[in-house]
Amino acid sequence: MAAESTIDALGQFELHPVLGQIGEALRFSQSPLFMLIAVVLVLAFLYLGMRPAAVVPGRLQAAAEIGYDFIHNMATDTIGEKGTAFFPFVFAIFFFILAGNYLGLVPYSFTFTSHIVVTVSLALLVFLVSILASLKAQGMKFFAHFMPEGAPVFLAPLLIPIEILSFLSRPVSLSIRLFANMMAGHVLLEVFAGFTLMLAGLGLFGPALAVAPVAINVALTALELLVGVLQAYVFAILTCIYLREAVAH
Amino acid sequence: MRLPSRNLAASLAVALALGAVPGRAWAAGMPQLDFSNPLLLGQVVWGAIIFAVFYGILSRSALPRIDRVLTHRRNRIEGDLDIARRARDDADRAVDELRRARHDAAAQAQANIDRVVQEARMAADAQTQEMNRRLVSDIADAEKRIASAREEALASLPAVATETAQSLIEKLLRPAGLDASVSRARIQDVVQAGLSSSKG
Repeated sequence: MAAESTIDALGQFELHPVLGQIGEALRFSQSPLFMLIAVVLVLAFLYLGMRPAAVVPGRLQAAAEIGYDFIHNMATDTIGEKGTAFFPFVFAIFFFILAGNYLGLVPYSFTFTSHIVVTVSLALLVFLVSILASLKAQGMKFFAHFMPEGAPVFLAPLLIPIEILSFLSRPVSLSIRLFANMMAGHVLLEVFAGFTLMLAGLGLFGPALAVAPVAINVALTALELLVGVLQAYVFAILTCIYLREAVAH
Repeated sequence: MRLPSRNLAASLAVALALGAVPGRAWAAGMPQLDFSNPLLLGQVVWGAIIFAVFYGILSRSALPRIDRVLTHRRNRIEGDLDIARRARDDADRAVDELRRARHDAAAQAQANIDRVVQEARMAADAQTQEMNRRLVSDIADAEKRIASAREEALASLPAVATETAQSLIEKLLRPAGLDASVSRARIQDVVQAGLSSSKG
């Protein structure tokens, strides 16, 4: 790799079958593998943390409880009284994305949240759940939301398409925000890592200069840690907001 | 299954997202958009399965378990607070009782003291009265005795006076050869008159 003069920033997103022929047949790539790892890690965190079930929690239990309380408060504060019903869903969304984002920062791992089909699937799941919840809670009144209250009737031909468009754009923005953030971050990391290799091969002063991109990558990793939790939070809080609109009234 | 429609929506979204990117050359370079790779949509199916299982475990087991621990802790704290509150009430009541008991005891002791003092005073009074009565009766007896003695003395006085007078007369007159035969009754009358005049 070091000798190559071009940087293959996108190669990290390629999907390869896991376990050779079996993975090929089952269409099982590193992406589902890391989903599985993420899920197992989150569940292990919860189960190992809560195993003592102590009244006075230890560190791991306190961490698990903080995670629980954080999402629980988010769900109940944002969605309202009915938030408890959606709490496991929001919890699953948040920790699935968070674990995916953070796992991607481990060298040699794979970031499944950098795949648009994954983020779109998640966004459509949220979209679908909020529509179903809305139809269940409000029935046909759900469609009344596409006409803003108090707006003049003659504006309806203009407002209704806009409202429908903004409603439909929700899963698009939701999925692309996460996908673009994760992909951009990893491309940047790869590009600067490539710079390091290229500079290191430049002869006498190369290795000294190569420190700079490493330093940048350290900073970028810190930024990515922030972005990882921020994007998971944004996804979860938007899910809560959509669900609040769905169950309100 | 709604997967096909989801896939359709996914590609729609991707097309929307990349609408601004000119040409398909760059898009084709992105492994995320390489729909010819069956692994790409495979991760959607696997992702759906994994996420469904994740959600199931979370909502059925993991989260209720945490909820139980948190609820148990909340109840325990409430219970402990209740116990502490009750203990404080008990202590307050005990202090009140103690104070009341002390107050009662003090009042009773004071009453006892008052009663004893009263009794002692009454006993002393009774004794004094008794003594007074005895003294009064003694005095009365003594006076009575004095009076009777005086009476006796007074009663015997005329006889003694008469006797004395007669013997005086005889002793004065006989040596002079004078008749000393004054009648006894006469002397008695004179003495009686003298006594009565001195008495008056």
